[in-house]
Amino acid sequence: MNRSEPEEKVEDIEIRLLLEALFVRYHYDFRNYSMASLKRRLRQARQQLGFATFSAMQESLLHDPAMLPRLLRYLTVQVSEMFRDPDYFRAIRENVVPHLRTYPSLKVWIAGCSEGEELYSFVILFREEGLEERTIFYATDINQEALQAAEAGVYALDRLQLFTENHRKSGGTSSLSDYYQAAYGRVSFDRTLRRNVVFSDHSLVTDAVFGEMQLISCRNVMIYFDRKLQDRAIGLFSESLARKGFLGLGAKESLRFSRHASDFDDFVREEKIYQRRAT
Amino acid sequence: MSSLEAQAIVIGASAGALEALSAILPVLPKGFGLPIMIVVHVPPDRDSVLSELFQAKCGLLVKEAEDKEPILGGTVYFAPPGYHLLIEADKCLALSSDEPVLFSRPSIDVLFESAADAYGSGLIGVVLTGANQDGAKGLQAIVEAGGTALVQSPKGAFSSVMPEAAIKSVPTAIVMPPEQIATCLQNIRVRA
Ligand SMILES: C[S@@+](CC[C@H](N)C(=O)[O-])C[C@H]1O[C@@H](n2cnc3c(N)ncnc32)[C@H](O)[C@@H]1O
Repeated sequence: MNRSEPEEKVEDIEIRLLLEALFVRYHYDFRNYSMASLKRRLRQARQQLGFATFSAMQESLLHDPAMLPRLLRYLTVQVSEMFRDPDYFRAIRENVVPHLRTYPSLKVWIAGCSEGEELYSFVILFREEGLEERTIFYATDINQEALQAAEAGVYALDRLQLFTENHRKSGGTSSLSDYYQAAYGRVSFDRTLRRNVVFSDHSLVTDAVFGEMQLISCRNVMIYFDRKLQDRAIGLFSESLARKGFLGLGAKESLRFSRHASDFDDFVREEKIYQRRAT
Repeated sequence: MSSLEAQAIVIGASAGALEALSAILPVLPKGFGLPIMIVVHVPPDRDSVLSELFQAKCGLLVKEAEDKEPILGGTVYFAPPGYHLLIEADKCLALSSDEPVLFSRPSIDVLFESAADAYGSGLIGVVLTGANQDGAKGLQAIVEAGGTALVQSPKGAFSSVMPEAAIKSVPTAIVMPPEQIATCLQNIRVRA
């Protein structure tokens, strides 16, 4: 072997060590995330945070806890919208809600809720359908800053046009403007929407089941995992769902490659909505 | 040119993409051994018809890329609208909904840079017609990793901006019209 050209590129070794340091020191486990896009975001972080190498970044991360949130901003992706993929929410409304009506109380888990866009979409939909009162929503994420933003429910005004359009396309029966107040270029969503919401720090990689759900929506989170990790998360969902409970995934996610696929039936195939089997 | 060896091909195109790709993809014969990953800039909210359109014209299997799908030779993969397409080190496809890059998602640079990491010198990058700068940085990454750069001749391209930007960033790129790119790709040998 040529000694100047090691099997693994130096940058790849450094990244592996950095992720190891992040895990050992802070218990954030990104070691089995989808590497191609993670690497891209890490390179961005390295440049913008001003480190010459990932090794230098690792040293700073180990010794300075203030580096953690700064790095997490790059490692996790906070791209979201209210009523993102309106057809998904239409399918929830038209196909899933009729089943949910038959339960006297409901638990709904929004896993990887980011800054709350998906959560508020569900709460508004449930309020429109008269289910909000009987529901507890669990909104979880690993990014503390995102969770705080979700709890605040404040968004830039220029995003509202898209949110409103999406809400309308999803079959919304009220006006989105009923739920927020605008001021100073921002809108803040009504605090009553949070009445039945529990926000909490929970990782699909390292944490366990915490309750029995009738509906879990986990969208555009597992796309960032490798297959092994996707499988762990899907196993967690399978265990967390009541019999005949529902699981909704992102538009480009599926159970196809999962070991746990046989725990589920297709429910609304095109929208990646699955139903937990009874057995 | 007949000596060129590779493991994979990546193609980026924007304005005028249909015409340029139509001069290339249908020409590739059944039994063509390399995988081809393609980013075309399309509006995010539209269901992509690209894969169906080209499947009808091509001898190769043409499909929309799926997340964590193993890459197979002789298959053409289009990035879905609204998602970046990347290549993992283990030669699987990956999708992401990270922010747009240069206002584009899918982004050519994102595909090219990750493919350069995954395939190194076994990669051929092709930049076709387009009205922006996407692909220029990615093509540079491909060449830096030892891969080969092909660019559509700006003269005769529907929009010359993207090829010109690519040539500026990779002056050693081989420049030719789409018909010749097709011939060139046909003669590539599959590297084991
Ligand atoms: C692209 S956002 C998706 C937001 C929303 N679900 C949607 O579809 O619009 C991905 C979110 O997953 C979170 N996340 C990443 N890894 C996670 C993990 N291991 N457990 C829980 N959430 C995670 C990120 O912090 C981020 O908020």
